[in-house]
Amino acid sequence: MPQLTLVQAINSALDQEMARDPRVVCLGEDVGLNGGVFRVTEGLQKKYGADRVIDTPLSESGIMGSSIGLAMGGMRPIPEIQFEGFMGPAYDQLVNHAARFRNRTRGSMTVPLTVRVPWGGGIHAPEFHSDSPEAIYIHNPGLKVLCPSTPSDAKGLLLAAIRDPDPVIFFEPKRVYRSFREEVSDEDYTIPIGKAKLVSEGADITVITWGAMVFQCLEALDKHVPEDASVELIDLRTLHPMDTDAFIESVNKTGRAVVVQEAPKTCGLASEITTIIQEHCFLNLKAPVQRVCGFDVVMPYAKLELDYLPDAKRIAEAIMQTLAY
Amino acid sequence: MMSTTPAPINPSSSAPAGEGLYAITSSRVHMPGQNGNGTAKREAGKPRPSDALPNATLIKWLRDMILIREFENRCAQAYQQAKIGGFCHLYIGQEALAVGTINSLNHDDPIVTAYRDHGHALARGMSARACMAEMFGKSAGCAKGKGGSMHMFDKPNWNFGGHGIVGAQTPLGAGLAFAAKYELEVMKRSVDGGPAKKKVALAYLGDGALNQGALHEAMNLAGLWGLPVIFVVENNRYSMGTAIERGTTMAHDLKQKAVAYGMEGVHIDGMDIRNIYDEFKPLVDRCRENSRPAFVDLLTYRYQGHSMSDPQKYRAKDEVEMFKSRDSIALLEQHLLTERKCVTEADVDKIVAECKAIAADSADFAESAPIPAAEELFSDVYAEIVPNLSPAATYVHGEKNPLL
Repeated sequence: MPQLTLVQAINSALDQEMARDPRVVCLGEDVGLNGGVFRVTEGLQKKYGADRVIDTPLSESGIMGSSIGLAMGGMRPIPEIQFEGFMGPAYDQLVNHAARFRNRTRGSMTVPLTVRVPWGGGIHAPEFHSDSPEAIYIHNPGLKVLCPSTPSDAKGLLLAAIRDPDPVIFFEPKRVYRSFREEVSDEDYTIPIGKAKLVSEGADITVITWGAMVFQCLEALDKHVPEDASVELIDLRTLHPMDTDAFIESVNKTGRAVVVQEAPKTCGLASEITTIIQEHCFLNLKAPVQRVCGFDVVMPYAKLELDYLPDAKRIAEAIMQTLAY
Repeated sequence: MMSTTPAPINPSSSAPAGEGLYAITSSRVHMPGQNGNGTAKREAGKPRPSDALPNATLIKWLRDMILIREFENRCAQAYQQAKIGGFCHLYIGQEALAVGTINSLNHDDPIVTAYRDHGHALARGMSARACMAEMFGKSAGCAKGKGGSMHMFDKPNWNFGGHGIVGAQTPLGAGLAFAAKYELEVMKRSVDGGPAKKKVALAYLGDGALNQGALHEAMNLAGLWGLPVIFVVENNRYSMGTAIERGTTMAHDLKQKAVAYGMEGVHIDGMDIRNIYDEFKPLVDRCRENSRPAFVDLLTYRYQGHSMSDPQKYRAKDEVEMFKSRDSIALLEQHLLTERKCVTEADVDKIVAECKAIAADSADFAESAPIPAAEELFSDVYAEIVPNLSPAATYVHGEKNPLL
């Protein structure tokens, strides 16, 4: 099996699906000739032609709206929005159209599109190039929201997303794009949407996270948490519909939980997870659930970025405090 | 200081007198035929394409327009009786536009429109019953009573919806045209396996949508990619209560907006359905044949308010009367009675009576149709019920949460 980065794994999934399904169309700003702002679509235009890997103008509302029209017309469009912060102009189309047409048409019209969006901080870019707006989209019924953290998960989840009958937002953690390689199967495989991954098994505390924060949590366990603490780490992978069973069962077992997210603390997905835990695990809890999050500030530029993002030390502190409660 | 020269407030000072279908002077409007400035610059005696159509076709148009008017009259009544919730935007006055443009298409040419959508739905073949039941919020409606007045979708009739966000439907129209072009040029077959066809999509919009960004993005993409989509401006001169020249640049000559996007732009008098067909059908044929977009300023007028609760302070009664004097139904009726001599007054009365009966039946049907079951709350949000959609669905552990 080849060793691939996250970027290469996503490229490989797109390549395989374009070869398999002629309805698949990639479109976005510079996705063709230039291979995308992060080179995720590198080589695809050369292979599949400018009719299927389409360079668009800077026009997010038009990209999203015409992708929805393409999907309603029977295609499987994969629009790329260059950075998560550029989703603003496309928000109306995504939320008022893509998310709701199934409901509004009694299921007779659906919007099977997959929006690929480079997501999150850690690359020293300023605001709206480093935000994590997943909660905004999770809050809107009708959208599925994914955020894989590893190359092999990314490939399997992207293939599942493209084949899914509903609109999917596929957030790609930029910080992980080229941070490591792992073996990714050449085969055509999917990972079911809505299933979390148990990264490490443990008995004393459950840590729940997604995206690039998985690796901050692993670093915390590796460097800052004593070995005798038995930590269960869950990578959600799908943020909506969320695998609540996975963490409810885990927290009912461990009695302790820490939730880690990049986004600002208030009204983030961590808040929702915390609430679900208290609804379902209340009598088994040994300590209050802690959230380790970004702060309620605008995502800062380069030199302050690491002061904003949760890091291994902050995560470890929360774990130790929760264990000692 | 602005470096550019602002467009003149009074377009008549920049436009040569008589240019454009409406020569606007302050807030007054002169109709073609009154001042001899119509768009249908036809050579005297030259046959009109619609003249070649059989009588039955024009009688069908008349019937379709009368049905829309009678249906809308019944809607108004139902709204006043509080049978219809929320908002209701009537199409009365604009009937020729939907009927004329839709009858210039093939049945499988996709359309999208905005929230004033009952006329398009009926003209495209939706049953009056499904349309009315939708407005009543009943499960027999075209969207199970979950969409309401602004959301008339009808897949078998290639109607991709009424849409409530002003202008946001226009990129969908571009996308539908894109899908058709993709079938033809890339897949070389339709998605369901049949032969690909040359299609044209219509994206209707009101004049209020002219100033929404989504339209300009859609027009740019359509021009850039050669998408066979026609942006049809249903120019009834008001975006709610704001007259077009108060909110839109170049209101006296909207077709200029097409120039910047590299597409053909035309003005058409939308009160005369024969004129719509004569001008619009050849345009549809050109767009279909050449895979090109176009932009049409179709001039029309709504007799009722923007919605059912509109004091209409923004226009004078005599303006409304002036348009009513060129009512599209009366115009066609007159043509059929006196020029084609293919119907009698009694025939027309019979059509009106039949349409009134269909409208009345649709309201009776809607009234007696069942309300959606409470479980419908959870249907059609996703392809499958997701665990956290319904509180009931999350109790997978068999423990009832005492707080809920």
